[in-house]
Amino acid sequence: MTDNEKQTDATSIELLSFRVGGQDYSVDIMSVREIRGSARATSLPHAPFFVKGVINLRGTVLPIIDLAARLGLQTGEDTERNVIIVVDLGGRTAGLMVDAVSDILAIPSEEMQPPPDLAADDARTFVSALTIVDGRMIRILDLEAVMPPQGEEVA
Amino acid sequence: MSDPMAEIRASFFIECEELLESLQDGLQMMDDGDTDSETINVVFRAVHSIKGGAGAFGLDDLVRFAHRFETAMDEVRTGRFVPDAEAIRLFFACADILGDLVRAARDEETVSEDITGPALEKIDVLVGLEEEEEEELDFTPATLSFDLDIGGDLGGLPNLPDLPDLSTFPTASETEDEITEFSPVGGAKGFQVIFKPEDSLYASGNEPLYLFRALRDLGDISVVCKCSALPDLDHLNPDTGYLSWVVTVHTEEAELSVREVFEFVDGLCLLEISPLSGRAPAALPDLPPAISAPATPPKPEQAAPTPLVPSPPIIPDIEMPNAPAAPVVKSAPIASVSDDAEDEFSLSSPNATSGSTKTTGTPTQPRATVRVDLERIDRLVNLVGELVINQAMLSQSVAEAGLPPNSPVSTGLEEFLQLTRDIQESVMMIRAQPIKSLFQRMGRIVRESSASVGKEVRLHTDGENTEVDKTVIERLADPLTHMIRNAVDHGLESPETRLAAGKPREGHVTLTAQHRSGRIVIEVADDGAGINRERVKEKAIEKGLIPADAQLSESDIDNLLFLPGFSTASAISNLSGRGVGMDVVRSSIQSLGGRINITSQEGKGTTFSISLPLTLAVLDGMVVRVADETLVVPLNAILETLTLTDGDLKALGPETHVVQIRGGFVPLLDLGAELGYRSPLDSYVGGIVLLIGQEDGNRAALAVDAIEDQRQVVIKGLEGSYGRVPGIAAATILGDGQIALILDPMDLVSQASGRTKIRQPQHSLVG
Repeated sequence: MTDNEKQTDATSIELLSFRVGGQDYSVDIMSVREIRGSARATSLPHAPFFVKGVINLRGTVLPIIDLAARLGLQTGEDTERNVIIVVDLGGRTAGLMVDAVSDILAIPSEEMQPPPDLAADDARTFVSALTIVDGRMIRILDLEAVMPPQGEEVA
Repeated sequence: MSDPMAEIRASFFIECEELLESLQDGLQMMDDGDTDSETINVVFRAVHSIKGGAGAFGLDDLVRFAHRFETAMDEVRTGRFVPDAEAIRLFFACADILGDLVRAARDEETVSEDITGPALEKIDVLVGLEEEEEEELDFTPATLSFDLDIGGDLGGLPNLPDLPDLSTFPTASETEDEITEFSPVGGAKGFQVIFKPEDSLYASGNEPLYLFRALRDLGDISVVCKCSALPDLDHLNPDTGYLSWVVTVHTEEAELSVREVFEFVDGLCLLEISPLSGRAPAALPDLPPAISAPATPPKPEQAAPTPLVPSPPIIPDIEMPNAPAAPVVKSAPIASVSDDAEDEFSLSSPNATSGSTKTTGTPTQPRATVRVDLERIDRLVNLVGELVINQAMLSQSVAEAGLPPNSPVSTGLEEFLQLTRDIQESVMMIRAQPIKSLFQRMGRIVRESSASVGKEVRLHTDGENTEVDKTVIERLADPLTHMIRNAVDHGLESPETRLAAGKPREGHVTLTAQHRSGRIVIEVADDGAGINRERVKEKAIEKGLIPADAQLSESDIDNLLFLPGFSTASAISNLSGRGVGMDVVRSSIQSLGGRINITSQEGKGTTFSISLPLTLAVLDGMVVRVADETLVVPLNAILETLTLTDGDLKALGPETHVVQIRGGFVPLLDLGAELGYRSPLDSYVGGIVLLIGQEDGNRAALAVDAIEDQRQVVIKGLEGSYGRVPGIAAATILGDGQIALILDPMDLVSQASGRTKIRQPQHSLVG
């Protein structure tokens, strides 16, 4: 669990759910700064494969993470309909490129389940909890793990 | 707001820096032959104020050193000691140590006795003083206890009069005891001191008890406390001082000595000193408090900064009997001082004015300034950066809309552009500060380095009010230090050589700063022997830096000094000559977007000149396109641009090319390939290359697809949001709102693969 989730009200957590690479994910709504349409990113040389580049967010340089690539999912063609969720984690801001934003959910914290330990799957490290809404499994993203490496040289 | 104590401490240290600066200034003026008493007073005051403040914070080391320094300066001030050049040099050294002590105290470190001790001994010997251990000790206990839980925000000032120490003050019931304790032995000579502190005295951390103790050192004293002004507890304002004292001092000392005790609280109190003159001391004059009721407190902060103007030696106006002591408390009801006291006062006032010169503030009135949090300024700088970008975007859309150039919109936009530029410049100027502080530090470097190599060196500075971006000043300190040391160590000859060459014994190093065509030019010049080009060349050949038969122009040879691992001093001295030298200087200057040049004349001296951009927030760049990406290349790195012809391009090895430029060969780098945007092209013939000059003198040709524009761009750091990217210095936002990366040519070239031939698999997405 991320710190954010621990701090929220014990009764329920509000999540922003979205689709990426054909799967349902969500993030704590408290870490979402804004949602905006896709923009052409300026690619960064020598960047990790999942870093799409940087865009201009009202004067600040915002790194964009291709979440599908980050999670090792099927990456679709870049379309104008992609959505960027701008998240803020401990002062670091990044944009997560996703397929579409679905809903805002309030989930009682006791309905959160820790993800089972499946060593074969990379996605394990990016999911902090699971829950079921209307029969669909929603993965709760571990933002800390998704964020691009910070401070040191990225090669 | 957190700890009031910490804030007071912080502002004390800021003040110290200012005082140290005026101390340096004053000493410099003395060194230049200024013997004006005002100048000496400035120096004395600076040391004195540091000592006083340090005492309040219990910074014993600082107090001890400052006290001895001050005593020496006092000798100078009173004319008992006339400093010669050597003495002034020693004073400079002491000022340096004082600065060290202040910084050590600020950072809660200690300065070794080994440093302070010898200087103190020297100064005592010089001025002919004996050690005054006892007097020193008197300063040490002046620690104020701030750990009271006052609660609430008291405007950053702790409640001084409310200290627990108050219990040790003579209060009404204790007055008798006090008198017996300091009972006068009799003896006609002495003074009566009427002392009524104002609130500001307490607010600035003074403590009457210590003043009385200092008085006691002059002779026997008796102290009577007047507490008639004390209201009952309900009406007591804890921020207000209600007490006044009458102290009778029996001493052989002159009135000046008594007055000096109160020097530090000058202007913060009502002070009357009158000789006892055989007569019985005037019965306690009924001094009504300056503050009659807590409801109408006077504003001490108004009173404090008003300089005390020595009043002409005439009998003071009856309506303002206290005018010479405290001209600012006019509003306070003090008219009822007894005639006796007034007479005595008027007799002593001429004495007082001639004795202690009152200098509140420096001789040159400083311009009014505001201290602003740097963060706020940076925010403003950023916002203006946004404005510039926004303006560029607007211009672009207007152009795209196809409006004629003379339409009202276009002309309006033109004016908008002009205004934005003006605003940007003004905002940049806020960040700028005079380079003086840096130059003063260099004065110390000269003194220390000349002493250690046994040369006599005088530093001249010029243009020290030139304003430079704060960050530039900070990052200039190291390279400039190095250059100054070089000038002293390598540039100047030994005194004997100088005399033999018909030059004055004393070497001169000149440090100048000036604005020149939108840049700042800083020059370090010495009047030494100049660069021995023969030796430089030999050395370079010997070290294998250049081929033995290289044909070099004079300036080429001079520039060899910037090669890594180059050092001409045959004997390695303490100061410099370890081979890490000018190349480091050059790269730090270049990282600031600057250039460095040498000019040297055999036998006349060497001048290094640094040219820097006015600010680090904007950059002159060339906008280029490569592999559908827009990049900005800093203009100062580009030597020239050219179009490649078949004849220029030579294959070298299986994967690389070199470009032949006027007889020299330069490696060809494909910018797109180096950044991983594309694989090397089939042919670069007809392509455009930018010739990049590197810090070690190496060059490289960067192949780009097109040159789009040359413009000023606002620098946006990448480190904050993403991290460092190899080959990329920063980012900027172009007129169309897109982000463009700003190249770091030095970094790119140093890490370049140089692959320009065989096809490589796409490696832009390698993790």
